[in-house]
Amino acid sequence: MNATAKDYLRQDKLPHLWCAGCSHGVVVGAVARALAGLGIPADKTVITTGIGCFGKADDYFATHALHGTHGRALAFAGGIKAVSTDLTVLALMGDGDAATIGGNHLIHAARRNMDITAIVSNNYNYGMTGGQCSATTPGGKKTSTSRYGNPEPGFDLCSLVVGAGCGFVARTTPFHVRAMEKLITEAINYRGFSFIEIVSFCPTYFGRYNREGDAAEMMALVKERALGKDKFEQLSPEKRLDHFPTGKLHEETKIDFNTRYREVQQKARDNSH
Amino acid sequence: MQSNVKFLSGNEACAEGAFYARARFYAGYPITPSSEIAQIASERLPALGGCYVQMEDEIASMAAIIGASCCGVKSFSATSGPGFSLMQENLGVAVMGEVPCVVINVQRSGPSTGLATSPAQADIMQSRWGTHGDHASITLTPSSVQECYELTIRAFNLSEKYRTPVFVLTDKTVAQMREKVTLFDPGEMEIIERKKPSVPPEEYLSYRPDYDGIPPMASFGDPHLLRITSSTHNEQGFTDDDPSNAFKLIRRLYDKIEGNVEEIGQIKTHFIEDAETAIISFGITARAALNAVLKLREEGNKVGLVNLLTIWPFPARKLNDAVSGCRGLLVPEMNLGQLVREVERTCCDKDVHSYTKSDGKNIFPDEIIRAWRESQ
Repeated sequence: MNATAKDYLRQDKLPHLWCAGCSHGVVVGAVARALAGLGIPADKTVITTGIGCFGKADDYFATHALHGTHGRALAFAGGIKAVSTDLTVLALMGDGDAATIGGNHLIHAARRNMDITAIVSNNYNYGMTGGQCSATTPGGKKTSTSRYGNPEPGFDLCSLVVGAGCGFVARTTPFHVRAMEKLITEAINYRGFSFIEIVSFCPTYFGRYNREGDAAEMMALVKERALGKDKFEQLSPEKRLDHFPTGKLHEETKIDFNTRYREVQQKARDNSH
Repeated sequence: MQSNVKFLSGNEACAEGAFYARARFYAGYPITPSSEIAQIASERLPALGGCYVQMEDEIASMAAIIGASCCGVKSFSATSGPGFSLMQENLGVAVMGEVPCVVINVQRSGPSTGLATSPAQADIMQSRWGTHGDHASITLTPSSVQECYELTIRAFNLSEKYRTPVFVLTDKTVAQMREKVTLFDPGEMEIIERKKPSVPPEEYLSYRPDYDGIPPMASFGDPHLLRITSSTHNEQGFTDDDPSNAFKLIRRLYDKIEGNVEEIGQIKTHFIEDAETAIISFGITARAALNAVLKLREEGNKVGLVNLLTIWPFPARKLNDAVSGCRGLLVPEMNLGQLVREVERTCCDKDVHSYTKSDGKNIFPDEIIRAWRESQ
């Protein structure tokens, strides 16, 4: 019997708690379809989360789950993967979790290269606590803690993790649902640390503060700004400011931590004889 | 044949104890005076089929040992004051999420960077109340290298039995001095493994407690789906903010430890039977206190010693019973007076005296003798 997305979701927990028009649910659906498509058993899958709107994502998955502290989803995931080569480990995070309070864990997870898939639903603000700014809020944008415009620039998460050594980096949006499922599937299949940024939107706070309209209008805006990597690279530097590249942005083969650690174990055994 | 008698440091003995207890995962961040434990773990664990990961900080170290423990692998870390402070965040996850793990805290002078790196015994209250919110703590306090070995094994046993983090609280002196230690043969000491679910997978709830107040724990990868959460939760492991549920959970987490203080709490007494006064101590200071007691006894003074091998949960009844014949108690400690308050609360009919020292130096026997004379 072929698995379907429903097999990975807790039907009794749906509908989800996110605001009408929130894009986090689209990501949950894509993750479930990717797992089903790959046929990974639910009991061989672990989802780790932290705190924030998207930190509630684990509630909807009929898999193993560890819902922990703000920003630490990848640190929990690291301990899991270190001792469980056979488990599929996904860390689902928002921009606050992944890039702001958890930024240190993100770069080290990318460097350490355990076979973990990090999925960041980046809506540029802290939705759960009232729309405060995060480390991805673009410069000049308004949030409940940057009323006059954010004086700080935001991270480009994909460039950040490429720089930190991540071997699989992709970006997509909630409009590109099929691409999202495909990229998540590829990321899970990739052996090593894989990273996907979903450029999400928060109509309740970020959209309202920055007059980006309702959910449909924000979706249209995200669609308009997203450009395939090749098209994006043909743009002039000024035009690039209005867009972001999507699709698979970086891929290279690297030896993952668990493979390297098996060599360490072998050397240690040889040494102890 | 290899001899079981070794000449080890306290840190080395803690590592040996962890391996004997079948710990197979260590995540940590190096910090003096605990780093020997990390070094030994990095060298020995891979040969045992285990894993050592050096994390980016102690926050991540604590998270990683929680993650690995959820996979059914006994996990530990070692640190000192500044690192222990960073671990407090995710120690709360281990408390609330009921994840067994062991943290060895080699105390050093603080606050903050403090006297890097001089001995102290000032993390008594951090071990009790370091992470926020109502909770209980299990904290074991060895005073010798042999006790470092035995109490680390015991820490894993208590951690698995009660599904809770357990601290081994040593100090710079106990951790780095070398003494004779006798290691156990395989099978000589009981090693406790966590209770696994006995119901079919579809009936399993991550936080449904047994009669003993402790829920059986599946592992990630088992057919029984395990949900670990740091939020106040129901038996299914989902956030539940109903006040009666919240109180029931907090009470259960507290009672599973405080309600078992008789089993968890351990003290060791010396010359207590005929003692008229007693010294109450722990860790390296208990060693100086024993020397002081011997000298005072030579002079004909009926002085006894209670060495606390557990400071949390505080073994109040055992201490009270031990000192029932004493009129006065002296509590020497390397801080400004943390343990003495517990002794005062517990032994409220006694004349309790405090001797404190917080300058990065150990308390020596002569100081205890002097303090004892002044208390008479």
